[in-house]
Amino acid sequence: MSFSDSDLLPLSALQHYIYCPRQCALIHLEQQWTENRFTAEGRAQHDRVDRPEHETRDGIRYEYAVLLRSLRLGLIGKADVVEFHDDKVFPVEHKRGRPKPTHCDLVQLCAQALCLEEILGVKIPDGAVFYGQPRRRQAVAFTPQLRSETEQATAALHEMLRSGKTPPAEYDKKKCNACSLLETCMPKKRRAVSDYLQEALREKAP
Amino acid sequence: MKKHLNTLYVTTQKAYLHKEGQSVVVNVEQESKLRVPIHTLDGIVCFGVVSMSPFLMHHCAENNVAVSFLSEYGKFLARIQGPVSGNVLLRREQYRVADRSAAASAIARNILLGKIANARAVLRRALRDHGEQPALKTAENRLSQYLRRLQQPMPIEELRGNEGEAAASYFAAFPQLITVKDAAFSFRGRNRRPPTDPVNAMLSFAYTLLVHDCRSALEGVGLDPCVGYLHADRPGRPSLALDLMEEFRALLADRLVLSLINRRQIQPGDFNDSAGGAVSMTDAARKTLLAAWQKRKQEEIIHPYLEEKCKIGLLPHLQAQLLARHLRGDLDAYPPFIWK
Repeated sequence: MSFSDSDLLPLSALQHYIYCPRQCALIHLEQQWTENRFTAEGRAQHDRVDRPEHETRDGIRYEYAVLLRSLRLGLIGKADVVEFHDDKVFPVEHKRGRPKPTHCDLVQLCAQALCLEEILGVKIPDGAVFYGQPRRRQAVAFTPQLRSETEQATAALHEMLRSGKTPPAEYDKKKCNACSLLETCMPKKRRAVSDYLQEALREKAP
Repeated sequence: MKKHLNTLYVTTQKAYLHKEGQSVVVNVEQESKLRVPIHTLDGIVCFGVVSMSPFLMHHCAENNVAVSFLSEYGKFLARIQGPVSGNVLLRREQYRVADRSAAASAIARNILLGKIANARAVLRRALRDHGEQPALKTAENRLSQYLRRLQQPMPIEELRGNEGEAAASYFAAFPQLITVKDAAFSFRGRNRRPPTDPVNAMLSFAYTLLVHDCRSALEGVGLDPCVGYLHADRPGRPSLALDLMEEFRALLADRLVLSLINRRQIQPGDFNDSAGGAVSMTDAARKTLLAAWQKRKQEEIIHPYLEEKCKIGLLPHLQAQLLARHLRGDLDAYPPFIWK
């Protein structure tokens, strides 16, 4: 199966989807807080403009802000850094924060690798995520499991956005409290509206 | 969600607003009188002869600051709108529900339950504070009857009929809520086009502010303010904004007007009569009302359905969100705001 240009989804949506399908739907379907998101993305991109597009150090060529696309997976996006070594291509994703409990960063990096494989026609065995806190690199091997997880998540993302349905919330204290869309999402289970009305309208003497 | 809830109301005639860096600057006669950082605002409302630079308009649209132009007396004239926001699928669902009479009247019925319960709460509070008064007690009983009647589903026309009767009962008792004994503030029923007495002039002005807030709350969650459920479509009428404000009329607008009169913050001299019988508020009176309105919006309450603390000014946003959640299938029905 091959996607057309107009069906391509941003890599960032995949990352949102892995973190929480509902968060992804709130951003990409409900279009909530787009102005905040775009502001943030704009700022992130601006940071990159200040860097050279590529440079060569110690025999490694570093390409920055590399445009990515996969018609097979239906994804479009950018890689922060792609290192071209003599014998391999090595994507590196930069994160300001610390490693997350979910797989979202790994899947995002793997999706980048799958795009690069399709564009360059090479095999990419591994890459790395660089975390700002603490400043360290985490090596990531693109195992068959991670590749299959990435492909399945991508397919599920396409399916959800095609359906147009925002999935129901599943409250997870840790994840939800860290989410910027907490107030829009209202994830906590609520009582039935009929019970609420009955209670609120209960007759009581003034 | 906007946390600041600060609306900049500009009532000074011939004021000119423009952008300087990230701030809104208000100039009066070439002199800058006020400077507000844009990120602390969620709305700008200009009354009468107030102008604004196109650059500030762009900046407001980009920062999701609602800008409205009203006549000096609060009649809506125009607003600045950025790109259509929100989810087109949500708006389609809003329209589909409007075309399905059972689903539409279920939402309208819950809105009405909220409206009447909140009107009754205002009467009950007066009964508690000022003792038994037959007129108040009668109206309170009537509203309770309407609430019981509305427990059953009914077609939209019947709902509107009940609403009209409930509103008449409530406004029949309204004079009892005015405790200052001054002929200027005697109230003989609601009139609005134009208001012909001071109380109606104040009510109309407060409702205008409420519509403005409800409209931007709906636009903020991506709903179309012109397709409503209780109010039928009519070109140019913001029917859904009128629906949304029903729950807040008594609580936010009526009580504010009553307390300004009863505490003598607004005096009989605060009004202008025109030859045609229309009565309007003076500049000073409008400023008093706006300041009280703005202050009220910062007060905190517990939202009865969400059971979370929130500012009163956020209520329209929260209710708009709950309505969107219902339309998108998250909630089994629309939970109106019911004041306890």
